[in-house]
Amino acid sequence: MAHAATHDEHHAPRGWVRWVYSTNHKDIGTLYLIFAIMSGIIGGFMSIMMRWELAEPGIQIFHGLASMVYGVEGDAALDAGKHMFNVFTTMHALIMIFFMVMPALIGGFANWMIPIMIGAPDMAFPRMNNISFWLLPPALILLLISFFVPSAPGAHGIGGGWTMYPPFSTSGQPGPAMDFAILSVHIAGVSSILGAINFITTIFNMRAPGMTMHKMPLFAWSVLITAFLLLLSLPVLAGGITMLLTDRNFDTAFFSPEGGGDPILFQHLFWFFGHPEVYILILPGFGIVSHIVSTFSRKPVFGYLGMAYAMVAIGAVGFVVWAHHMFTSGISLNAQRYFTFATMVIAVPTGIKIFSWIATMWGGSITFRTPMLWAIGFIFLFTVGGVTGVQLANAGLDRMYHDTYYVVAHFHYVLSLGAVFAIFAAWYYWFPKMTGYMYSPTIANIHFWVTFISVNVVFFPQHFLGLAGMPRRYIDYPDAYAGWNMVSSYGSYFAGIGVLIFLFGVFEAFQKKRVAGANPWGEGATTLEWQLPSPPPYHQWEQLPRIR
Amino acid sequence: MTTASDKDEARQKGNRRIAALCVAFFCGMVGMAYAAVPLYTLFCQVTGYGGTTQRVTQYSDRVLDRDITIRFDANTAGGVPWKFAPVDRSITVRIGETAQAHYTATNMASVPTGGRATFNVTPETAGAYFNKVECFCFTDTTLAAGETMDMPVIFFVDPDIVDVPELKNVKTITLSYTMFPISKVDSAVTGSIDTDNEPTTNTEENLGG
Repeated sequence: MAHAATHDEHHAPRGWVRWVYSTNHKDIGTLYLIFAIMSGIIGGFMSIMMRWELAEPGIQIFHGLASMVYGVEGDAALDAGKHMFNVFTTMHALIMIFFMVMPALIGGFANWMIPIMIGAPDMAFPRMNNISFWLLPPALILLLISFFVPSAPGAHGIGGGWTMYPPFSTSGQPGPAMDFAILSVHIAGVSSILGAINFITTIFNMRAPGMTMHKMPLFAWSVLITAFLLLLSLPVLAGGITMLLTDRNFDTAFFSPEGGGDPILFQHLFWFFGHPEVYILILPGFGIVSHIVSTFSRKPVFGYLGMAYAMVAIGAVGFVVWAHHMFTSGISLNAQRYFTFATMVIAVPTGIKIFSWIATMWGGSITFRTPMLWAIGFIFLFTVGGVTGVQLANAGLDRMYHDTYYVVAHFHYVLSLGAVFAIFAAWYYWFPKMTGYMYSPTIANIHFWVTFISVNVVFFPQHFLGLAGMPRRYIDYPDAYAGWNMVSSYGSYFAGIGVLIFLFGVFEAFQKKRVAGANPWGEGATTLEWQLPSPPPYHQWEQLPRIR
Repeated sequence: MTTASDKDEARQKGNRRIAALCVAFFCGMVGMAYAAVPLYTLFCQVTGYGGTTQRVTQYSDRVLDRDITIRFDANTAGGVPWKFAPVDRSITVRIGETAQAHYTATNMASVPTGGRATFNVTPETAGAYFNKVECFCFTDTTLAAGETMDMPVIFFVDPDIVDVPELKNVKTITLSYTMFPISKVDSAVTGSIDTDNEPTTNTEENLGG
């Protein structure tokens, strides 16, 4: 019986059953990637609408958009449009964080590559893996529904920023939109927690014989640390937003001062999750970039152990710096001193990583193929974002920068450019492995250069705007800020063209069907996935590989 | 064959153990998030964090020869139809001296309404050194229609304040109250109007300082 059952598993299901019932980590990874691309397009569309609005002073499009979507006219359309702009900023953030970057890096690439890289036949809990994925589409749908249901009086959708601070998220938006968003984040959180448990178990318990922790690929290390961060931080977010939910609907008073609560407590809970969350978004990227830099320099990663433990250090220290998001919330001078110091400490392990990547390239036999371009782009942009991060870590300077476009520029350099460049680097690195086809390097390189130049045009001027005092999350601004806003908006249109080039490149690769071969990158690609054919067999490592 | 399946079973067992640990950890963290609520309140009360004032039963045993000005501020949140104001804008006392200040509240509505005062002091770090012996904010208040009530607060500034580097030069402390409506007691209040000024609910435990 058992024999027959195992035999049956070798038969790959076909059609929609293969995808909906899938317990295969590669199929689920593919689903995650498709999901992430679709969410990324939605989130990217929102950002372009916001830049369109901000291209010139005054209200350009959102009053019209509000009257189109919500059917309001005149002054009501203007008010609804202003709220709608805030809804767009909020949704852009939530979608990009929970439904684009996390599914792409953790659900997509990690699901695809971690079992292969550590020599495991699949994830530890294949069915749980299926649940993890299929929780995400309902979560996204709930979030998108929140767009169209009432929130604040006369407005639709949640407009308080992804941070969801009370009282605006409790008494400020009594309509059901906020409840939809909270439930959406709950479900996305459950999905991530299940995924994290799966990765921790897989990496601890499913490694091939001889694959010790200290021989494990850095991507596996990065995903392991990310999974731990998820396990530690997400429950706190879940608790915090559950308190929001009960404050809104069941008359509890966790965050309302009239009942003895404190709204600042939510900020503490949120950022205890929120700060590790930004490392959750970037750490898998660190792992990916390490592999790519090593592959295309034809050298092992410089300081492997240092790289691994630098990530551990970033993850650990990331939990004790949260209040640097709250410097202006009235925390004591001593607390500001501590959080400034602790935040700056993170620059040390991050610096170790940057210098180790450079040292890996140093003296290497470098080929600038597409993934390498993206990886180097990542290192450059992440470093720029890191430098502005050190400015923002100063409580004194943060008085000036807080809630300005300087902060927007900073976190987009590390996330929108950092994490997204890591995603594209991984895409171009593993696309031949996952599909078996080689993309057109010309189109891929054009995609890189268009994206690299345009995102810098979008976000670099935002440093100037922030330093000049332009606040975040407003639909309008004084004329003095007009020039750089126009530049930034044009950048975003070109970045949108970059997305189209990306999609065309994917289409072209599938149309031309250039066979990639098991290892298109040559001798530098040493991790286990390159020993398998492309695409890998439905079940890999039936003979467990031995690592010496 | 048996060894392979044994090995498989052992691995399954290991997998489940790790997953169970992770789930336990997850539940622990959710518990921690909720535990943060009382811990945070406790933390604020003990350290005066965020300008939480201290509640004491003892007067100060020493008085310094140094003056400090206490300014008074009053606000009402939406939904409290009260005129709520301090009688004196500010008083100057010696550090350590016990003083009494008065607020008055008038219910401008034609129905009885209840209010609960929350408070803090600025600079916020002074919260730990601002001691209240008696305060109307220790309890909820209900005012009949048109009723005016005198609300005393007895306090002193802890002499230890002069030893704190951040506070030793502070010459003014602002004590601020915000009156919030008591939700869900309105019907109860209208029902028991004849007990007039007596506080309806004792919220000492909730409010701490």
